[in-house]
Amino acid sequence: MSIEIEGKSYETDEEGYLANLSDWSHELAEAMARMDGCDLTDNHWEVVNFLREYYEEYQIAPAVRVLTKAIGKRLGKDKGNSKYLYELFPYGPAKQACKYAGLPKPTGCV
Amino acid sequence: MSEPDSQAGGTVKKFLYINRRAPHGSNYAQEGLEVALIGAAFDQDVAMAFLDDGVFQLKSNQDTAEIGTKNFSATYRALGDYDVKKVYVERESLESRGIGEDELMPLVYEDEDDDWEEKPLISVVDEAELREIIDQADVILNF
Repeated sequence: MSIEIEGKSYETDEEGYLANLSDWSHELAEAMARMDGCDLTDNHWEVVNFLREYYEEYQIAPAVRVLTKAIGKRLGKDKGNSKYLYELFPYGPAKQACKYAGLPKPTGCV
Repeated sequence: MSEPDSQAGGTVKKFLYINRRAPHGSNYAQEGLEVALIGAAFDQDVAMAFLDDGVFQLKSNQDTAEIGTKNFSATYRALGDYDVKKVYVERESLESRGIGEDELMPLVYEDEDDDWEEKPLISVVDEAELREIIDQADVILNF
């Protein structure tokens, strides 16, 4: 599978996760979100950027429970809870945000 | 976070993942680590044991640039985030390979019940202690 942005094609897996991490860009993240009917706000970006940093440091995309805890530690309890994160990413915070972050599907996610 | 024991209807088993191979010559180490993390994400009681050449997996400063593979050794540092708190390394395996305890990655977890203090994850155990740990596990997976 692949997605098309401004005439360029990017390879993805069958669920829409980018095949090559290095293809990622802000524009690509926004385009992937638009395809899901989601507009990325600053609050979304906070989570997406956090995931990219987490991946850079640990070389994995965290499971949702780990993400929630880590966000709470970094951005405060009012953001480190499932209600807040599911409002931002209704398809599942780790799953959906990892996709826009250009990461593989989270480890511990089936 | 729910306590493993209070999980509705679920049985928590003690999983022990035994790692015996060097990290980068095959997929075993990386796959074993991922499976352990997945088990932990599903609230199982996860322990990991490293023996034989498996002790090389925990060495600090691994660099895979020359062999062109992903340096997944960084991922061991996420074990604490996944609430894996039991990582055993066999003393005899370290000694026969000339690896000092100070050459292992300083893995830690944050203890929720103790003001998030960072505590070490790795326990170096001797062969007899490891045998005891293996005896107590419900499920043993070898990588």
